Amino acid sequence: MERIDKQTALNLLKNADLLEIGELADTIRKNLHSEGIVTFIVDRNINYTNVCINKCKFCAFYRDVESPDAYLLSNDEIFKKIDETIALGGTQILLQGGIHPELGLDYYTDLLKSIKDRYSINIHGFSPPEVNYLAERHVLTIRETLIILRQAGLDSIPGGGAEILSDRVREVLSPKKIKSSQWLNVMEEAHKIGMRTTATMMFGSVEEPEDIIEHLDAIRSLQDRAGGFTAFIPWSFQPKNTELAQNSPPHPPLAKGGRRGGINSKLYPATAVDYLRVLALSRIYLDNVKNIQASWVTQGLKLAQVALRFGANDFGSTMIEENVVKAAGVSFRVSREDIIQAIKSAGFKAAQRDTYYKILRSF
Amino acid sequence: MLEDKVFSGERLTREDAIKLFQSDDLFTIGRLASYVAEKKNGRNAYFIVNRHINPTNICVNRCKFCAFSRSKGEEGAYELTIEEIIKKLKDGHGSRVTGHGFSEVHIVGGLHPDWPFEYYLNMLSAIKKEFPSIAIKAFTAVEIDYMSKISGLNLEDTLKTLKKSGLDLMPGGGAEIFAEGIRSKLCPEKISGDRWLEVMEIAHNAGIKTNATMLYGHLESIEDRVDHLFKLRDLQDRTGGFQAFIPLSYHPKNTEIGGFYSSGVDDLKTIAISRLVLDNFEHIKAYWIMLGEKISQVALLFGADDIDGTIIEEKITHSAGAMTEEGMTKEELAYLIKKAGKTPVERDAFYNELWKG
Repeated sequence: MERIDKQTALNLLKNADLLEIGELADTIRKNLHSEGIVTFIVDRNINYTNVCINKCKFCAFYRDVESPDAYLLSNDEIFKKIDETIALGGTQILLQGGIHPELGLDYYTDLLKSIKDRYSINIHGFSPPEVNYLAERHVLTIRETLIILRQAGLDSIPGGGAEILSDRVREVLSPKKIKSSQWLNVMEEAHKIGMRTTATMMFGSVEEPEDIIEHLDAIRSLQDRAGGFTAFIPWSFQPKNTELAQNSPPHPPLAKGGRRGGINSKLYPATAVDYLRVLALSRIYLDNVKNIQASWVTQGLKLAQVALRFGANDFGSTMIEENVVKAAGVSFRVSREDIIQAIKSAGFKAAQRDTYYKILRSF
Repeated sequence: MLEDKVFSGERLTREDAIKLFQSDDLFTIGRLASYVAEKKNGRNAYFIVNRHINPTNICVNRCKFCAFSRSKGEEGAYELTIEEIIKKLKDGHGSRVTGHGFSEVHIVGGLHPDWPFEYYLNMLSAIKKEFPSIAIKAFTAVEIDYMSKISGLNLEDTLKTLKKSGLDLMPGGGAEIFAEGIRSKLCPEKISGDRWLEVMEIAHNAGIKTNATMLYGHLESIEDRVDHLFKLRDLQDRTGGFQAFIPLSYHPKNTEIGGFYSSGVDDLKTIAISRLVLDNFEHIKAYWIMLGEKISQVALLFGADDIDGTIIEEKITHSAGAMTEEGMTKEELAYLIKKAGKTPVERDAFYNELWKG
């Protein structure tokens, strides 16, 4: 199939019949992954701190340094979490925090080294806002910062912090967070030194369809140049407990308060139909990104199963621990067995993979 | 070709239905079902401002898929008085959750070993007296059969007596799966599939509209599902008394058979195939309590035209691990429908239009 341009993509996003766009994405997925396997990774999110100077308006997880429930995990606490992860067959930890103003590069390199001294586990860590912060703090280039982190033990970089790669939207959502070009730059530098990363997109807040297309196009262009994205993960904004939801004007046609977000919360999350449409478009547009993840953490297992027919070929992580989405009022707890069963009953073969999508074990 | 049959309005055969269930072509099935749904109901997708009341969870049956029922005296067993039922209705009636009064109250409960027939008649007339404008949709065929036993009346007289006291419609529960082999494993004490159909036929003939359901995703085969749908289609041909068909996805938690949740893909396919097979049913309902609001919304593009209602307080599915809220507001329901590209229509119990978004 020929690559589609931005205008065609915008038209699909706005006007396509859901089944039409879904079928197109399903066909592309079948061609790319003809063996009918849906993969997942066993890993754990370790959020080493919830202190963050960015204070994004869509986030319910961050705290100030002085806040009574601010925390910074000790290395021993982190080791204990890694022990548990390995005991459960985990191959990766996702190490991500807020941007803690008191932590410098030494903290990170010491932590990475001490983990690598003890464990052979993939460290998928520090999204572009964290890398960018360290570079600025220590007056290093992004490349230098990444090389230091890699030498200390960082293996790959998660695609968080992308939100929507449109500065107009970022100005509203996260004025203190790095701009689109900076996010893309960290990823490009990482790819250039041979690190693999993922890319994400958080939609369903205040963006327009055009912003989603800009985001997808930025990812596709970078992938053409650098080629280091292993997967793309779209997920939808979860409004509960966020500043964005509390300060938003009534969402038509919802003049009266819904119970879900409380009387003051008028911002409704993207619906299932919106999610499937964006997911399918991502599969269609990103012809150079091999894997698309379904987000059961935000969508629930049943819709994630449906997502496997709307372009997704990966079920993401078993999420032994997840804190950020949970803070926004969404908590779907499942076991590895639940995930395997969910993949199978949706009509696919289930397989555990590593960070680089190599299959480790089939079920 | 199956497509040609659907477009020309020709009836599907059992073999067609089995082929559809065996097929992996989710999108064609969905498109065909959407075509039929649109022919029947246009772009409309219905919802209702309603409330559930479960008068008791004490039940003489012990269905193995049920996590709601209790024996008398068992911990967690409860029974509501008529005053408590009236109070529950008053509390939600015209509240800000519903925006205005309930159009319908949905009443189903366990088969209580001690309650006399008069209790049910008094319940109906008390509700009617207090809320003359609320339609009462009450008692599954299983409860009707039980009431006929405790009253000593035949089915026809039981139903007519209930109707006189205020019964307007009946829900479609208790159908489970008609196939005897599976039914005897799921719910050996419950009335047979034939008896369920008999109760419905007599109700329809007595002028009582009902719904129909099918519990799927447990032990049944594709053939069992198809057989179930065809029995409903045959009865509907004779009586025309069914308003909506509601496929119910099995919930495994806290039940004796255990097992797994049905897959989201199976849920959508089952909705779509039901729409295609039940050509004489006006409405296919994607019941959001069971399917989750996400799958219910997507189901509107796979042949469903109704997502049920505000409900307020759901107990039965939640006993078995439903992951949904226990109620939704009118605004939330309308929003989900709109975002699926359909026109939200608030209906009354008989599908008369009350509001269009």
